[in-house]
Amino acid sequence: MVNVAQAWAERYHAKNRDVSVQVLGGGSGVGIASLTDGNCDMANSSRDINEKEALAIREKRGKEPVEHVVGFDALAVYVHPDNPIESISLEELAGIYGEGGVITRWSQLGIRHQSHGCDEIVRLGRQNSSGTYTYFREAVLGKKRDFKLGSVDRSGSKDVVALVSRTPLAIGYSGMGYAVPGVKMLEVSVRKGERGVAPTVANARNRSYPLTRALQIYTAGELSGPAADFLQWIVSPEGQQIVVELGYVPMRELE
Amino acid sequence: MEDSRRERDGAEGGAGQADSAPWLCRFLGPAESMVAGVVVRLCGYSAILFVFAILFFVLREAAPMLFGGMDLVEFISSPDWRPSSEVRPQYGILALLVGTLSVTGLAMALAVPLGLGAAVYISEFCTGKVKETLKIVIELLAAIPSVVWGFISYMVLAPLIVDLTGAPVGVNLLNGGAVLALMSVPIIVSVGEDALKAVPDSYREAALSLGASRWEVVYRVLFPAAKNGLLAAVLLGVGRAIGETMAVLMATGHAVQIPRGLLDPICTLTATIAAELGETVYGGPHYRMLFVIGLVLFTITFFVNLIADIVVKGIRNDQRA
Repeated sequence: MVNVAQAWAERYHAKNRDVSVQVLGGGSGVGIASLTDGNCDMANSSRDINEKEALAIREKRGKEPVEHVVGFDALAVYVHPDNPIESISLEELAGIYGEGGVITRWSQLGIRHQSHGCDEIVRLGRQNSSGTYTYFREAVLGKKRDFKLGSVDRSGSKDVVALVSRTPLAIGYSGMGYAVPGVKMLEVSVRKGERGVAPTVANARNRSYPLTRALQIYTAGELSGPAADFLQWIVSPEGQQIVVELGYVPMRELE
Repeated sequence: MEDSRRERDGAEGGAGQADSAPWLCRFLGPAESMVAGVVVRLCGYSAILFVFAILFFVLREAAPMLFGGMDLVEFISSPDWRPSSEVRPQYGILALLVGTLSVTGLAMALAVPLGLGAAVYISEFCTGKVKETLKIVIELLAAIPSVVWGFISYMVLAPLIVDLTGAPVGVNLLNGGAVLALMSVPIIVSVGEDALKAVPDSYREAALSLGASRWEVVYRVLFPAAKNGLLAAVLLGVGRAIGETMAVLMATGHAVQIPRGLLDPICTLTATIAAELGETVYGGPHYRMLFVIGLVLFTITFFVNLIADIVVKGIRNDQRA
C-alpha cells in the first residue's frame, strides 16, 4: 500500500506546507519493524500485526499498538488476455498454489489454452517476506497449508502484473489497484461451481468478493499533534478520495 | 592471510616510492614524505580491516542460528526453503545452491569460449585502430550497471527466449545464464588478453620459424604458456557470476526449485538475500538464516578467489623462472 501512502503524503503536504510526511516502502513487515524501533509514527500494513510484533512494540515502546482501518484492498487474480478462463474458485487456486495441489495444467481446469503447444500453468507469486504473500496464503490456503515451492516470485505487486501481461500461460495475484490494460482479472468464487464474484470496488466494499483485506495504519499508542491531524485527514472524504483514485476501496460507507 | 601479506607488501612498496620518487620529492619535504608514506600504508591496512569487519558483522548476525537452533543436515540437503511458513519453517538451501551453481556453470559455458576467443583475437590477430576500439568497447561493456543487465534480460531476452524455444516463461535458467555470461565476458577478455600479452614474443617467433601456422601458435604455444593467466581469467569470471545479485534476481525468475532443464526458472543464493532481507523481522530466525547464506557465499567466493590467487602467483613464478 506504499502507493496510496505516497499519494496521501504528497496531497497532504500540498495542503499543509508546514507538515511534511516521509514515506518509506519495503512492505508491511518493514513498517512495523520501524514502528517498533521508533523510526516512524505510523506503520502502514496490509495484514494484521502478529503477536510477536505486538509484543516487541509493547516491550520497546512501552505502548499498546493501535490499529486504524483506512480502506480495503481486494487481491485480484490476473491472467493473460488470451486466456479464455473467466472465473476461478478458491479451491482451484489452492490446487494450483498449495503444497500437494495437483493442478499444473490449464486443461485440468477445463480450459483450452496453449502457447507454443504447452498448457502448463506458470504460477507467479511474491517473495515470502511480503504481506501480499502472507495474505494470499491465508485467504486461499488457510493457516495450516504452505505454498507449493517453485512459483516464479516477483519482488513487487506491479512486477507480478507486468510479467502476467508478457506471459500467456501465467496466473498471478496482486492488488486490484495494479491492473493494467494487458491483463485480465478473474471472477472469484469460494467453491468450485459457484458463481464467481467480479473484483470490483462495490463487491470489495460489501465483502462479497472473497479476496478482500483491510488496509491498516498501526501506531504505538494514540497519536497527538500533526501526526494525529494527518490520520484524521486520511479517513476524511478527501483522504478517502485518493484511496478510490488508486483502485482501492474506501472505508467511508462502512463507518 | 595470503591476501594480507600482499597488501602489506603493496603498502611498503608505496611508502618506499614516496621516499625515493624524485617527482614527489620536488613537492614534498622529508617530513611530508614520511606522512605520505604513513597514509599510503594505512590505506593498505584498511583493506584488510574492511574484509575482517564485514566477515565479523556477517558472522555476528548469523551466529545465534549457526551455533544453535539450526539443522545443518536440513540446511545442506533439503530443497525446501520456506522461512516464513506458519506450519513449520524450513531452511534448506539445496535448491538455491543448485540454482547458483547451475546458472554460474551455464554462464561460464557460454562466456569462456566467447571471452577467450575475443582475448585471442584482440591479442594476436588484430592491430591498430580495431584493437583499440575493441578494447574500449569491451571496457564499456564492463561498466554497464547490473540493474541495466537485469532490465535487458527482462525486456529483451525474456520475450526472445519464449518466441524461440516455446518456454512457458521467459525468465529462467537460460536467461540468467546468458545475462551472467555477457557480464563476465569483459573480465575474461581483459584478464585473458593480459595473460596472452605476457607471453614473450620470442615464443611466437620460434614457433613461426618452425613453420607453425598462426592457429598452431595460439593452440600449441600460447595456450600452454599462458594457461595460468587464462585460468585466472576464467576464475575471476566465475567469481563475478556467483556474486551477481540484481541481474539474476530479475533474469532467473526467482523460483525455489531444482531445475530439470534450461527453461526452468531458478533461484540463487544472492537473489534470495536481496529479495527477502528487507522485510524480515530484525534478529528473527529468517533474518539470521539469510546471514548464514551470506556466510556460505563468503566461503564460496573466498575459495574461488584463493584458487585464482594461487594460480596468478603461479604465473609470476613462471615468468621469473
